[in-house]
This record gives sequence, structure tokens and C-alpha cells, in this order.
Amino acid sequence: MSGLDGWLTVIFCGLVTLAVRASFIVMPPGTQVPVWLRSGLKYVAAAVLPALIAPDVLFRELAPGEIVNVYRIVAALLALLVAYKTRSTLGTLATGMGVLWLLKWWGPF
Amino acid sequence: MQTSRSAFNQGLRDQLPFVLGNVPFGMITGAAAVSAGADPWLAMGMSVIMFAGAAQLAAISLLSQHAPAAIVVLTVLVVNLRMMMYSAAVAPYFRNTPTPRKWLFSYLLTDHAFALLTTKFDKQHVPKHIDAYYFGVAGAMWCSWHVSVAIGVFAGTLVPARWSLDFAIPLVFLSLVLPALQTRSHWNAAIAATIAAAFCTALPLKLGLIAAAAAAIVVGVVSERISDARAAAAGSRA
Repeated sequence: MSGLDGWLTVIFCGLVTLAVRASFIVMPPGTQVPVWLRSGLKYVAAAVLPALIAPDVLFRELAPGEIVNVYRIVAALLALLVAYKTRSTLGTLATGMGVLWLLKWWGPF
Repeated sequence: MQTSRSAFNQGLRDQLPFVLGNVPFGMITGAAAVSAGADPWLAMGMSVIMFAGAAQLAAISLLSQHAPAAIVVLTVLVVNLRMMMYSAAVAPYFRNTPTPRKWLFSYLLTDHAFALLTTKFDKQHVPKHIDAYYFGVAGAMWCSWHVSVAIGVFAGTLVPARWSLDFAIPLVFLSLVLPALQTRSHWNAAIAATIAAAFCTALPLKLGLIAAAAAAIVVGVVSERISDARAAAAGSRA
């Protein structure tokens, strides 16, 4: 994951990112977002973030024969509870990492 | 905000709490990149070129799994689509900004800059020194982001894999997702995304994220239509 291919991919990622950010800023003043686009874009964050989270929680660091990573699921659920109660990024991080380390060290199941 | 200097300072001050809150996110982004096998220079270059944490993490994850370049770029597009809404929302504030600077401001647009502009100022009465204010807001985030990514890149080479530091990535996203779930339709989209992503990981070419996100957006839109129709039906009965 380095060399010319890696850099070219990253440059294209940067161009796509800039295009999305610039889209309405550089258009003539008063350009409105079409209704169909607005109704879809409203759900992008709610759709993308869980889709990023799920595979990283469920399927990473699987022991042989394991289908999902139970430790990570438990840690993520407790972190979600803390996020819900406190809205704190640091609290969420500390809870999730702490619970995962505890479970790995203790190894109850 | 009488002078451009005081507007710039105001921007720095308003952004400070967000900047501090973003430091762990930046460090994790840097650390995750090197622990996924990225060359430290590529990890830093990616940060400067993209300046978009969530998309950087998604791209790193795909690159380390040898996904095709087109899929990496498409995934970055999907992860960043939310910023099209921000672009539309902040456009009125930059009506009088010269075009080259509009492109620079676009590159610097983040979740926090969007939130600050749209909550602090009325777009009908944009302050005279809004550009200086935005330079303060965006400059503070740009500098601190790259410093924290650099610390993460350096530290990431020292942390052993058994510490499971990569688990910090979904945890950061977890803390971001709750504020995005404002209505029942948003919750439905999020639940659909989780289930779809779990079943889509087996898709070829690492298309899982794109497929799951697309399905979840459809679920959100349809769910909103259904609840609107129900509300209308209830209204006409009353």
C-alpha cells in the first residue's frame, strides 16, 4: 500500500472529496438543492456510519471457528450506552477500549 | 467582529473546544493508517490531500485489504456525501468571496465549520468579516488535525497489534452516529445499515460499504414517506 498506485488512489480520493465539498459553494448564488437529492442526503450520515462500524466490530480479530467477535460486540454496546448518556467521544473511546482489554485479559468465554 | 483580526480570533476561540475534541480522532487516524501497513509518508500525504477523517479511515481499511482503486474512490465519495449538504448550507455565507478562495474554503470545510457558521450567523445578514472568521475556524482545525495525525503516525509504529488499537476506529464513529439520528426514520436507516453491512461483507471487490449505505438510504427515505403518509391520514381523519 505505497508506491505510485497508492499515491494516485489517494489523489483521486482527494479530488472526489474536494468536488463534494465545493459542489454548492462554487455554484452561482441561489442554486437550490433538488428535492430528491436533499431527501436522500439527509440519511447519508445515519446510513454510512453504522455501515463503517458493523464490520469492524463483528468480524475483526476472529478466533478460529468464531463467527462474530463477541468481546468486541459487548465492548461496542457498552460504549454506545456511554455515548448515549454522555455524548463524549473520549468517554466512548475509554469505555470501549477498556472493556475490550478487560475481556481479552480476563477471557470469560 | 469589528475588524478582520478580531473576526479571525473569534473563529479560533469558537473552534477551540472542537479542535481539542478532535485530537484523539486524528491520532487514531494516523495510528490506524500505519498499523494497517501504510507507508508513514503516504499516511501523512493522505491526511493533507483529503483532510477528511472518516473517509481517510475508510480508504485506509480498503487499501490494506487490497480493494481496487475505483472502489476506494467510490467509497470515499459515499462517506463524504454528507458534506454536499454542508456545501449547500454554507454557500450563502460565501456569496461575496472571490472564486479561488471559494475553492480553498471548500477544501477546508468540515462538520464543525459547517455547524459553527450555520448556528452562529443568520445567512440573511452575513457579517462583513465572515472570511476572516472562517479562516480562524478552519485554520485552527487544519493545523491541529495534521499535528494529531502526525503524532498518531509516529505512535502507531510503536503500539503492538495485540492492543487492538484498530477498535478505536468504530468507537469514534459510534460517538458520531448518535447526533445524526434525529428521527425514527434515521434510526431505521441506521439499523438497516448495520444489518446490511453485516451481510454485505462477503460481497466481492469490497463493495459492502457502498451496497449497505445505498440500501440504508433507501430505507430512510421510504420510512419517512410512510410516516408522512400516516401523519397525513391521521390529520384527515381528525
